[in-house]
Amino acid sequence: MYRYDEFDERFVRERVGQFRDQVARRLDGSLTEDEFKPLRLKNGVYLQLHAYMLRIAIPYGTLSARQLRQLALIGERYDRGYGHFTTRQNLQFNWPQLRDVPAILDLLADVEMHCIQTSGNCIRNVTADHFAGVAQDEIEDPRAVCELIRQWSTAHPEFSYLPRKFKIAATGAQHDRAVIKAHDIGIRILKHPQSGEIGYEISVGGGLGRTPMIGKVVRDFLPKTDLLAYLEAVMRVYNLEGRRDNKYKARVKILVHEIGTDEFRRRVEAEFAKLDGPSVNADPEELARIESYFTPPAYQSLPEDSQALAVAKAANPDFARWVDTNLTPHRVPGYSAVTISLKPVGLAPGDATSEQMRLVADLAERYSFDELRVTHAQNLVLPHVRKDDLFAIWQALVPVGLATANLGLITDIIACPGLDYCALATARSIPIAQAIAQRFADVERQASIGELNIKISGCINACGHHHVGHIGVLGLEKRGIESYQITLGGEATENASIGEILGPGLPAEEVPNAIEAIVGVYERHRHDGERFIETVKRVGLVPFKTAFKELADAVA
Amino acid sequence: MLLLDRNGAATDGWTRTEGAAIGNLSRALVGFDALPEALAQLAPDQQIGVLISNALAVSELEPFLPRLSLIAIGFPAFADGRGFSQAKAIRRAGFTGSLRASGPLIPDQFDYALACGFDEIELPDTSADRQTVLQWQQARGRLSQTYQRGYRRDGNILDRRRLARTASGSTAP
Amino acid sequence: MASSATRPPLPAILLANDLLDGDVVFAIGEADGSLGWTRDPGLALVATDDAAAVRLEGFATAELAAQHVVDAYLVDVELGAAGPVPRHFRERFKTLGPSNRPDLGKQAGEGIAARRSV
Repeated sequence: MYRYDEFDERFVRERVGQFRDQVARRLDGSLTEDEFKPLRLKNGVYLQLHAYMLRIAIPYGTLSARQLRQLALIGERYDRGYGHFTTRQNLQFNWPQLRDVPAILDLLADVEMHCIQTSGNCIRNVTADHFAGVAQDEIEDPRAVCELIRQWSTAHPEFSYLPRKFKIAATGAQHDRAVIKAHDIGIRILKHPQSGEIGYEISVGGGLGRTPMIGKVVRDFLPKTDLLAYLEAVMRVYNLEGRRDNKYKARVKILVHEIGTDEFRRRVEAEFAKLDGPSVNADPEELARIESYFTPPAYQSLPEDSQALAVAKAANPDFARWVDTNLTPHRVPGYSAVTISLKPVGLAPGDATSEQMRLVADLAERYSFDELRVTHAQNLVLPHVRKDDLFAIWQALVPVGLATANLGLITDIIACPGLDYCALATARSIPIAQAIAQRFADVERQASIGELNIKISGCINACGHHHVGHIGVLGLEKRGIESYQITLGGEATENASIGEILGPGLPAEEVPNAIEAIVGVYERHRHDGERFIETVKRVGLVPFKTAFKELADAVA
Repeated sequence: MLLLDRNGAATDGWTRTEGAAIGNLSRALVGFDALPEALAQLAPDQQIGVLISNALAVSELEPFLPRLSLIAIGFPAFADGRGFSQAKAIRRAGFTGSLRASGPLIPDQFDYALACGFDEIELPDTSADRQTVLQWQQARGRLSQTYQRGYRRDGNILDRRRLARTASGSTAP
Repeated sequence: MASSATRPPLPAILLANDLLDGDVVFAIGEADGSLGWTRDPGLALVATDDAAAVRLEGFATAELAAQHVVDAYLVDVELGAAGPVPRHFRERFKTLGPSNRPDLGKQAGEGIAARRSV
């Protein structure tokens, strides 16, 4: 993991002091609310329905045990004993008081953490493949470049007052687990087809929200050394030319769409050509310095298969189910990446109590080289676990409710906080997720349905990624009640696509029935071994729309 | 109106004109539309400055740069950051005169403005009444070092790390 | 702040968030006849006519300017047995708390008794 040097440490401490001063100037009237709001947002402080909310950055989703324990402590001391992991790999506390935020920031700085740029019209916390450094299909760990971008984008003098928020994601693998095509900039690490040199493919203009767009490749191959100059060129074009007349048209995706990908590329390349690259880019030595923090841990030399695991599986069907569902192959023999589901049936997706955080921190320290990941699907990962240790881990998870075996299944639902917490929401998300999970709680049924991603957003801003859910649910207000629009066929992978609306909005209580109807069509049409999304792509929307219409007509 | 520079409150020696009528003003500040006409009348002992909108492409201003002593970039709102990129592009184009940010900026943007190449901030009274010169001075350098290369004159973290590497002769963290 | 053009139908209450702690607060009539804030939605002062609504709007403007509260606005209500209840579901959640966590927020009695603290 990356560790702060004296410069990083001083910067974060000074940033806390700056925020403390900003709060004081708000309270004495020097700053108006209109002036203070962007400043607090750039430090992760929102005003939500019931209270302030504090969003803590977990850069590229990597955490240490010590950091997670500190989050547990903050949750207990300044919040209500729980936090919410988000689709951008961050953690939100729902009940902090503004007066306490500087003290919370001090505690975060003690463990090399912060809330910098987790909101506001600036470059946001950089996200990455949650299996970085683990995945078998990886060319290079993307976290070093993410850390370089984290530093470069922090308190950027020129790009801190952009037309709108700006999100960057990176992956170093063939299979995209970071949804890079739904980001303002998506970075894919690749090998040059001729030279074999490692560099970046750059996509721009992806994003969800009101106008969902898939990112367009603007650079097939960018040499590593040119990264910061190229990013500066993209950001300068966007800062100068992105629309500021309408917040719903202000994201870079709209600029790319309006002027066209070729023209956008031309403008970026023209700006890039004018830049004095060597005066902007990081030294190769600086990138090497950062990369040295992401070298693989000291794995043991183990056989691929674990005898202890086989024995425990044979003796314990619940454990076997969890192993068969929640593990991801590791590049090192004898190891696995373990996903700890934060989606127990009946509870809010992505929530974890301080007690659960402490337990997971202990497990990470003991069994996973002191390392944890947060996934954009709102789960946690122990990235480097010996297969021999899986049973002990599972036994520790069961009593605290963290052994749910549903990774990638129909109950592994992404949901934003929705109108239960969020001031922007138009409808609730969490109760919808709970109702769907309860409907499909039967583990045999879940296993028989197989991989199916349901994603729920409580408003058009799409924090719940509903556009790229196999099934998406969007909560809106219709004539004074909550109404839910269902989409089908979205994908968040390297084949990213936007789901299509099936029909008119439904009242909350009908949503589980609609999911049931959709799943029913899949079960009738699927070929042997065919995943839900494959069936949808093969048979098209028509049979699903027909089933949906029957249901919607009956409701109306 | 309050004018601020690195050292605190400053005196504004510039006079805004209507159209291109610069008369015998020693320092005349004209709008971009009137600039060609004003330059045509410029006497040897006169200096001319231009006030531009933050929507103006810097390429349109470039032909005039050698004859300008001041460029004031309008900030319609503090949250509209186009002016920062314009300033950076104007400096890159070789402009060595004064660069002024004119509008309701906030003290927390002072360092950003200076780093992008501005020399001074012209604040409306509605902002200056609440945000004192002292607050602007205290906001300066609150983040004593930042990461970006090519912005702040007093250096940056990446270059300092490079210096430290060179001094220690090592690349290890 | 809401002018009469944007004012919701009456009866209405004034709610806001406390600037320092973020809690939802409601305008209340104090014993001395002045206006203050309470955290208990059941005690919110109900404006039933234009004059009362104008008074709440004036209070909101003053309290925003005094850096006591943020996001203050009038909300139309029905009069229930336990006090005023917002007609819109969004505002109703503000008087209750998260619907998936009945153990938290005003519905659980959290902070109800506290006055606005400075």
